[in-house]
Amino acid sequence: MKTLTMDDNLQHESVTPKAPKRKKKTKGDFWKSVGQQKYLYFMSIPFVIWLFVFSYVPLWGWTMAFQNYKPAKSFSNQKWVGLKNFVELFQDERFYLVLRNTLAMSIMGIVVGFIVPIVFAILLNELRSMKFKRTIQTVSYLPHFVSWVVVAGIITKLLSIDGGIVNEILLSLHIIDQPIQFMAKGNWFWGIVTASDVWKETGWNAIIYLAAITGIDKEQYEAARVDGASRFRQIWNITLPGIRPTIMVLLILSIGHLTSIGFEKQMLLGNSLVTDYSEVLDLYALKYGIQINRFSYGTAIGMFNSIVSIILLFTANGLFKKFAKESIM
Amino acid sequence: MAGSAFNSTRSEKIFDWFNYTFLTLVLIVTLYPFLNVLAISLNDSTDTVRGGIYLWPRAFTWDNYQTIFNYTGLIQGLKISILRTLVGTVLGLIAASMLAFTLSRVDFRGRKFISTFVALTMYFSGGIVPTYILMRDLHLIGTFWVYVLPGLVSGFNVFIIRSFIDGLPFALQESAKLDGANDFTIYYRVILPLCKPVLATISLFLAVGQWNSWFDTYLYNGTKQQWTTLQYELMKVLQSTQQGGNMTNANDLATQLAHVSPDSIKMAITIVVTIPILVVYPFLQRYFVGGMTLGAVKS
Repeated sequence: MKTLTMDDNLQHESVTPKAPKRKKKTKGDFWKSVGQQKYLYFMSIPFVIWLFVFSYVPLWGWTMAFQNYKPAKSFSNQKWVGLKNFVELFQDERFYLVLRNTLAMSIMGIVVGFIVPIVFAILLNELRSMKFKRTIQTVSYLPHFVSWVVVAGIITKLLSIDGGIVNEILLSLHIIDQPIQFMAKGNWFWGIVTASDVWKETGWNAIIYLAAITGIDKEQYEAARVDGASRFRQIWNITLPGIRPTIMVLLILSIGHLTSIGFEKQMLLGNSLVTDYSEVLDLYALKYGIQINRFSYGTAIGMFNSIVSIILLFTANGLFKKFAKESIM
Repeated sequence: MAGSAFNSTRSEKIFDWFNYTFLTLVLIVTLYPFLNVLAISLNDSTDTVRGGIYLWPRAFTWDNYQTIFNYTGLIQGLKISILRTLVGTVLGLIAASMLAFTLSRVDFRGRKFISTFVALTMYFSGGIVPTYILMRDLHLIGTFWVYVLPGLVSGFNVFIIRSFIDGLPFALQESAKLDGANDFTIYYRVILPLCKPVLATISLFLAVGQWNSWFDTYLYNGTKQQWTTLQYELMKVLQSTQQGGNMTNANDLATQLAHVSPDSIKMAITIVVTIPILVVYPFLQRYFVGGMTLGAVKS
């Protein structure tokens, strides 16, 4: 008998989901349906609580930014200081330097890291030999799976002054006559970070575009060829418009992540000689917040970072919705 | 007319030539660093100092590997790295697939709320300091569990699996229901076996993430010798001899071994850290390409 009612319920729901036939509901009905779906609750509620603890509770930690947080005291005994931490932050000259570094590396990362995979995917798609195409693709994903620790080690080795291949090539081509100390010069740092990112992620980021290109109707190319369009015309008039929605969505997402570029590469590639160029907001928060125990100040830095990226995400989304009719939300 | 046709084929030939050359260069630039690291790690350390090792060792030796494997910190790190990869992958897979299954059920009452609740976590984070304070309050600092528990449920993985389940015929679940199966049995007996491809993708993501992470060790367990991971040990070695390195507490391995010959040792450890990934990923390639595309289309 019980299975029968369950089946009825299931069939009804699957035929017309969200049927508006729920007017005459009583409390009993509600608990009955909860009972019928008890396994679904068992399988989801624990993870909801989990996410609440590990993702939402840290947001509550933002209150620390308005306190003079002392670890030994309980929440109700903390001293509230209003916007003092933010005022101090905006008066700190170092903060503007760090903000400059964050924005500079983010913008370089977005522009280069956004265009290169598209170009790479299109070039790869134009290859006629499938074997060569597959080999390049397989190899190009490889660096994505290697940790930043390893990549930073490799980059440092390639750019070193004693035996680094980059200096050796530049010397042997007589482009320079003294090896360049790439890792010790601040003005190289942004470029090195951007180039490392391109080396590591281009192949991986091109996957989505390649998939989108595969989805383009082959007949369009046939028709274009009959009309005598060259391959450049085909790329420009068929391939690029075909992957336009994908490009838009990924562009919005990357703008939303503008200030959250991460800090791993900056931390691993940076050293004390280039901190004026390598320090980003997250590292600044880490330095103040944890290494010298100014938790409230560190939280204020992190909070500034998060709010800026949320505003950017919504702005980018709004602008694209208005002008390009694409959005992610 | 004929002239323009000729022109376009010739320019296309030039394009083809350029394209093949360029992509071959890309191939070399991607592979060379790895081959160079391998060659140095297999070359005699005093010979390496002379320079000029590119793709092939000049004085072949296993000594560098023997040196690093004699260091107990490295073996310990290897054990912890393997352990966190196994535990993190299995638990992460269970969490993501269960949650994804419940969210794929249109008749599930909590679906909408939970869906939004999970999706929101993909767009914000509390930041480094509040997360650190939370870990401290939960007494997770200095334990193994700080590697596994915080990132156990990942919204991104949940939505990839859910969109895969959405593509399966619902009739399968209905007929299992008719046979008297409860929702957990449906998940375990019907859904999981059908989800193998997407689960392979997610395991790869989880395993690579666990294997490669070093910052959590640095932040939470840097001073706990028994819980340090391989990536962290490598990071210490790499940073200790770097010019003006930002790690002041040069560790015993770093100081001991760096004196022998920094480069050979660094490269040997780099290979040990990288090999598992090189071995696994070609086999899983078709799965992760599928998974990436699925996630992108849905989100």
